[in-house]
Amino acid sequence: MVKFIIRRLVTAAVTIWAISVVSFVIIQLPPGDFLTSYEANLRQMGENVPEEQLEAMRERYGLGEPIVTQYYKWVKAILLHGDFGRSMESGVPVSVLLWDRLPLTVLVGLSSILFVWVVAIPIGVYSATHQYSLMDHVFTFLGFLGLAIPNFLLALVLMWVAWSEFGQSVGGLYSPEYKAAPWSMAKFLDLLSHLWIPMVIVGTSWTAGLIRTMRANMLDELNQPYVETGRAKGLREWRVVWKYPVRVALNPFISTVGYALPQIVGGVVITAVVLNLPTLGPLLVRALLAQDMFMAGAIVMILSVLTVIGTLISDILLAILDPRIRLE
Amino acid sequence: METSNQQGHISGVPLGPSVESGISRAPDVTRIDELQEEYDSIAIATPRQLMWWKFRKHRLAVFSAGVLVIFYLIALFADFVSPYDPNVFNAKYKYVPPQYVTFYNAKGDLSWRPGIRGLIRNRDPETLRITYEKDKSVWYPIKFFVKERPYKLLGLIETDIHLFGLGPEAEDFRVFILGSDRLGRDMFSRVVYGARISLSIGLVAVFLSLTLGIVLGGVSGYYGGTIDNIIQRVIEFIRSVPGLPLWMALSAALPVYWSQEQRFFGITVILSIIGWTDLGRQVRGRFLSLRTEDFVLAAKLNGARDLRIILRHMVPSFTSHIIASLTLSIPGIILAETGLSFLGLGLRQPAVSWGVLLQEAQNIQTVALTPWLLLPGLAVVITVLAFNFLGDGLRDAADPFSH
Repeated sequence: MVKFIIRRLVTAAVTIWAISVVSFVIIQLPPGDFLTSYEANLRQMGENVPEEQLEAMRERYGLGEPIVTQYYKWVKAILLHGDFGRSMESGVPVSVLLWDRLPLTVLVGLSSILFVWVVAIPIGVYSATHQYSLMDHVFTFLGFLGLAIPNFLLALVLMWVAWSEFGQSVGGLYSPEYKAAPWSMAKFLDLLSHLWIPMVIVGTSWTAGLIRTMRANMLDELNQPYVETGRAKGLREWRVVWKYPVRVALNPFISTVGYALPQIVGGVVITAVVLNLPTLGPLLVRALLAQDMFMAGAIVMILSVLTVIGTLISDILLAILDPRIRLE
Repeated sequence: METSNQQGHISGVPLGPSVESGISRAPDVTRIDELQEEYDSIAIATPRQLMWWKFRKHRLAVFSAGVLVIFYLIALFADFVSPYDPNVFNAKYKYVPPQYVTFYNAKGDLSWRPGIRGLIRNRDPETLRITYEKDKSVWYPIKFFVKERPYKLLGLIETDIHLFGLGPEAEDFRVFILGSDRLGRDMFSRVVYGARISLSIGLVAVFLSLTLGIVLGGVSGYYGGTIDNIIQRVIEFIRSVPGLPLWMALSAALPVYWSQEQRFFGITVILSIIGWTDLGRQVRGRFLSLRTEDFVLAAKLNGARDLRIILRHMVPSFTSHIIASLTLSIPGIILAETGLSFLGLGLRQPAVSWGVLLQEAQNIQTVALTPWLLLPGLAVVITVLAFNFLGDGLRDAADPFSH
């Protein structure tokens, strides 16, 4: 087990390194060096930029030096000082904006995964035990529909329904009165009452695939002799189903969840834009549209690293559940 | 969908009476020689025939194939199907809701041809928004095969005939069966033209991913060893990072001065660079299992070169599977393009794709007041559903010997 975890940790570390390279490439992609455009930007707003300050920034980011040195300086600043550079659009350090929005991003992502699990497992089991029944077909169809509707479209439609039917505005994560309020129980409850919408929207597109995985796994297991044995011994049907085959069928399911994570993170990004959630998604879109590349690169990196950590956790969980994986 | 399995099986070996349900057109086959004929036809059927029979069983897949054929024909003949130019502004008809087609003419008599009512324009005194009301005293018949703006059919034949329109008698009144947008452009024409880009981007990107997938997956599975290891790590890396933010960042980095065509191609390449991994994995898996087959060894002993063995002997044995997975990967690409364009990071005006059209409906105010701007989304949903069902049917049919 220790060996397995170490091996997975090494892979994750290599992946994170590769992610940092890709993010750095993204920062470098737009033509010209960013300081020139930063300077032009400030001048345009009527601010005078002292030459010493520009020189200091040139030194700080290693501009004009070989690209490897620039990468090294960039990574070093992040690792040692948590310094992701400056947002060119607002002039605020990127890290300040990131930490501000990171917790809610994680919260929305985690709750979406939770939603997917809570919905997909029981429905998958039901569909398998009632194969070809009316409800099985209904769930399959709904699943396909969830797969086919783009997240943002579902978000728009839900917002429209909420607005026209209930006269309620559903954007954001807090009601206006709690937006600036300090944390309290009431604010937390308010957050929960807003959280379910992105949760459902991101979840629907993923439950479909997972219901099908769960259903297929269950169908494989239900034909096993041990299930028959359980029945022959006179166990109640729900016990026969939930105690043995479900537990076996869950294993491939958990690994699918690990693989679904990158897609869920992507889904959260686009949904958050429509719903105007205070998460990293809208920040990323704004940064990209404004060609604020330090910001964009940092967000891509943070989102990817989060995904890798999530996958790592789900892999380790899976290994705890299923000894066969450790021995591979 | 698995449902098809229930309705009948075609087994490769004609043994049981269950075979009859697989192919007989008339279910009351009783005479023994007719049955025998059926058995024989299965025994000598080529794999391709077996696949076709199995595919035909999957009614939803056949229906979806029909829907997709119609959609692609509409895209191909967009100039003919659309009544108006998708980019022509018309200040007089902003945000016209979809017009109802009615068979009752202005006098209230039933007419043999469909038509639409006139519009009365009002301005809301409080919000100053323009609203429209049906003018029951006017009725414009919809005419088919009318002569309107000239165009080149398929880029070859010059003509000015359009599927439908109001004709010259209606003067400057217009038919908006899906409504019009903020500049008075006809949504139906825009959706029809948008189909061109939205439907072709899936095909082009899938073709690129297929090339990447077969080359890299093939190399990986055929040679194994270090190169296999490297390619597999790359695939794992691409799969472990969230695709959408990466797509967004890469397309934001496309040069601003690029033309529409260059941009289309750039986005397609970005989508396939990230999308080839699934296909690559499958191709590799197939190669790994085929490598040890006798027919591959036989070809090798005959002195065939590697490339010949791969292309002539190995690839044909899994084409059907590849076609099925290709079909299943098109929806993802269409959805990705729609999402990117919706965010303003994909294709841009004046290019017309379904994602670009949905950009108009980005905020809740627009959606609440002009819900018909969401209709391009319906086109996306139908296309994606159809591709999913078709791919499912093809996947089942790709293995005609399994049940």
